[in-house]
Amino acid sequence: SSHEHKLNFRKSKEACLSYIQDALLQKQWKRAAEFLTCYVESLEKDYSREHVGPSEIIWRIGTEILWHHSQSSMKEFNCFMEQMKTLGVKRYLKVCLEHVFHLLCNGQIDEAYQNLSLAESWRFGEQTAIQDKEMKLIEAYRGLLDYYSWSKQKNILVEHSEDGFSDLAVEQEMHSYFRKAAVNLKEIIKIPGVWDVFVKCYVDLLEFYGDHSEACQVLNEYAYNSKFPANPNAHVYLYQFLKRQGESKKSLISALKILHDIVPSHELMIDFNTMLQKSKKRKKRRLGLEVIFAALDYAGWKENAKAWSCLARQMKQIVISEKHLDWIKQEWNSRKDWWPAFHFSRYLAKRNWQENKSLSYEKALVAGILLGKDCKYFKYVSHHGCKAQLKRFRMLKKFVNRHNPVYLRISG
Amino acid sequence: RGFNERCAQCSEVNWGLTDGGRFYCRSCHNVTERTREVVNTDFITNSRVQTISKGLKKQENNDGGCEWYICEGFQLVLKKQAEALEALGVCPQMKDEILCNFWRCYLQKSKQAYCKRPAGETVKALSAYESSTDVDSDPERPSLLQLLSLSESEGDLQTDCSFASSMSKVSESTSVYSGSVDGSLYLMKNRKEKLRMTMPMTLSFCYMALLWLREPITLSELLRFVVEGHIPYLNVFQHFPEKMKLCGLDLRIFCVESWPVYEEVFNKMHELAAFLDLPRFPDITDSCFLHPDMLCMKYLMEANLPDELHNWTCRVVKKIGIGEVDFLTLMPGNMSTRKVKYDVLAAAVIVVVLKLLFLLDDHYEWLLSEFAEERNKNNTEGGPYFEFKKWYEVVKQSLDVEQKKLDEERAKYLWRCEKPLFYSVKNKSKVLKRRQMVVNLQNQFGKLSGSVRRAEKPNPSSFQLSWSEENTDGSCFHGHSLKGVLQEKCGLLTAMNPDYWLCTVKLCNEKLCGHLAHYREVEFPQSYHFVLGLFSFLLRIQPSYIHDEVCMIEHKLFNKKLYKKLKYNTVLRK
Repeated sequence: SSHEHKLNFRKSKEACLSYIQDALLQKQWKRAAEFLTCYVESLEKDYSREHVGPSEIIWRIGTEILWHHSQSSMKEFNCFMEQMKTLGVKRYLKVCLEHVFHLLCNGQIDEAYQNLSLAESWRFGEQTAIQDKEMKLIEAYRGLLDYYSWSKQKNILVEHSEDGFSDLAVEQEMHSYFRKAAVNLKEIIKIPGVWDVFVKCYVDLLEFYGDHSEACQVLNEYAYNSKFPANPNAHVYLYQFLKRQGESKKSLISALKILHDIVPSHELMIDFNTMLQKSKKRKKRRLGLEVIFAALDYAGWKENAKAWSCLARQMKQIVISEKHLDWIKQEWNSRKDWWPAFHFSRYLAKRNWQENKSLSYEKALVAGILLGKDCKYFKYVSHHGCKAQLKRFRMLKKFVNRHNPVYLRISG
Repeated sequence: RGFNERCAQCSEVNWGLTDGGRFYCRSCHNVTERTREVVNTDFITNSRVQTISKGLKKQENNDGGCEWYICEGFQLVLKKQAEALEALGVCPQMKDEILCNFWRCYLQKSKQAYCKRPAGETVKALSAYESSTDVDSDPERPSLLQLLSLSESEGDLQTDCSFASSMSKVSESTSVYSGSVDGSLYLMKNRKEKLRMTMPMTLSFCYMALLWLREPITLSELLRFVVEGHIPYLNVFQHFPEKMKLCGLDLRIFCVESWPVYEEVFNKMHELAAFLDLPRFPDITDSCFLHPDMLCMKYLMEANLPDELHNWTCRVVKKIGIGEVDFLTLMPGNMSTRKVKYDVLAAAVIVVVLKLLFLLDDHYEWLLSEFAEERNKNNTEGGPYFEFKKWYEVVKQSLDVEQKKLDEERAKYLWRCEKPLFYSVKNKSKVLKRRQMVVNLQNQFGKLSGSVRRAEKPNPSSFQLSWSEENTDGSCFHGHSLKGVLQEKCGLLTAMNPDYWLCTVKLCNEKLCGHLAHYREVEFPQSYHFVLGLFSFLLRIQPSYIHDEVCMIEHKLFNKKLYKKLKYNTVLRK
């Protein structure tokens, strides 16, 4: 007869593990520790066939408990991590890396650096080749910490030079950190991946030493190389760099194009629209309108007065010139069913008026053009605005009334 | 036994064996220098004698170990277990006489000792030991891997295989295979014999001895004491003397990684009794603890049921004849009768009685309970009427608490012990390092466990649930009256419930599928589950075992009616 219900070592440890997991989920660190104490003897059994063995489980769970438990100290944590490093050679570098992260979270930069250096010098037969990726990360993070040291030295230097001192020693050190950092950071960003922090730091270094062409190349690679995963930040960094370099509007605009495609609600869309509005090229201005409308589709922008003012400005300009009203019509077409309720309800009119008069002004202008002078939003705001005897609201009322036919043409 | 010389001091022939295997005179306690192996040449105890007589070199381990045989190991285990039982209150006769004799008889019958060994056999075994070069050259000699897979003990086979494969070809002595002299031989040769000694079988021996003496410990209790740590079983090799080194295949034999299962121990015991050609066991009469009347009383108390139910259990027992001496007493070798599980039987009787009185169809018992509740409101004299609902609530609550505790205990169980085990000298350092790390981690996280200290072994107790009449909250039902569910008919008290449902209309053939009936939760009422669950917890066995016995009892009880009734009519009138 089968004895599946037989309680044996394996089952007992499985049950133990599920108790640990429950405790962790409920953040009951003491209880988790209690059961982990009973689980650790699994190490004395070989589970080489399992996908995740006890040593990995103990490492991960132990880390969580020690990190969160109120009575645990950093010393204990470090001691535990050292033990875990000896447990599984296949995981050595990973454990080192995670240990470093924890040290950094705890502000122990020096210890983290030491650990990284130690890990870098680790060699273990064929494992070294197998754990190549982890090694690259370790080198990269050491590069990062070198950058951090460089940055500190740089600040000292800047201070001293302001005070009139020149400090050769500091400068030397700074340069040496630069060299160390640059080597490792350059390596990691060659590999396709998301390396925002490394890229930023590397570019910072390059800029400081005046190597703008290299910096530009790096950023372009990072943003446009299709092997790398799509990353909005890559475009943001490129844009910011180009701006710092005083590049032409044309380059700046092209840098933000893809960003608009990937993240239409990005905060840089305001800058983008502003640049596009002013462009002499019709296509660019058309794009600008599209960009600002798209941004305002997102709830996070509802109360952004600046965005509304961009839209209002561009729309006013179009209305006055009476050219390209079809642009507004095109943009409004897909939005007329839901924007009224989304942006221009009476409730919002009241709230916007009470909280942010500028916002309500800009929105009222847009609403007046798109929905006509009789729309709820415009009526409420202009009425209150005039009542409060604010000049610009009176002007607004006049403007919208004068251009009401435009509304009819748009909505028709 | 087997040694017939007269004692030098007192000229008596009354020998016993010390731990060290030396003969001592029971009359004057004179210890001889003679060890068990060097004995009257009429009796060649084991292969070691051959070794000596052939003048072959004795293996001398340089780590201070001595030679020892597997059966010596088991002997030690049994001794420790018997001592533990004695500490629990079992009479000393068990250890000194009964168990001892059973064991010797076993050794003799299985030709491990106290008998003539076919010389040819031994020589062959020895020559296998002697081969110092390529192990694989002998086609009949199984590889280590094969030996490991033959062992019936559980545990992580992958572990052992990986350890085994990491061992290089053996060219040294057999100490690489096992610390004992005959570890590999034991596993290889004896596998064909069904009664090769195993750790679970030690419990069969114990139980057999307890049964012979009619001690008041049931098998389920014995097994519970084992799990609770009162009887050595897990890591029992800790008690082996230093000189007896355990490694290699010994581990497969002596290390357990699972708790013994009732059925396994029970069946083996019966096989053993037959194998040893034991006579009829001492009678189990109605004054014995193991008699259903007695056990029912105990379980009724533990289940917090009214004492009055005992009348009913006795009636059922009498009616179906399971209280008869011949039914209850073990007659080894008698294949025709069904072997009696005293504890399960008693529990099943109670379940049947509950079904008789309360029907347990998820309706009637609650109706009766409401009825009793009503009557209790006006009940001023005598004890309160038993209300099923109240009982259910009280017992369920306690049961849930205890079950939860038990589940947690099982999850927290520590299987390893201080004494490390290694397969070979080669992985000794690795094992020790691991052990050290485990101890370190246990200390580290143990400190973070807060005030919860690992509880000391609970004192062994016969009752797991206890209910006190002194509780004023009315949570003890022992004194409650069954008047609420009974009625008088022709001067006899009968149950108000006129119906009964059979668990199964037809019994299975136990020999074919291992069970009399098949218990599937979805098919039975919740109240029935609950009651089975309660006893399943108390006895620490699967509900299906109790269910089997319930079916058996029902079929005996309604025997006549069953023959009359057609197959598809399952509701009977009593």
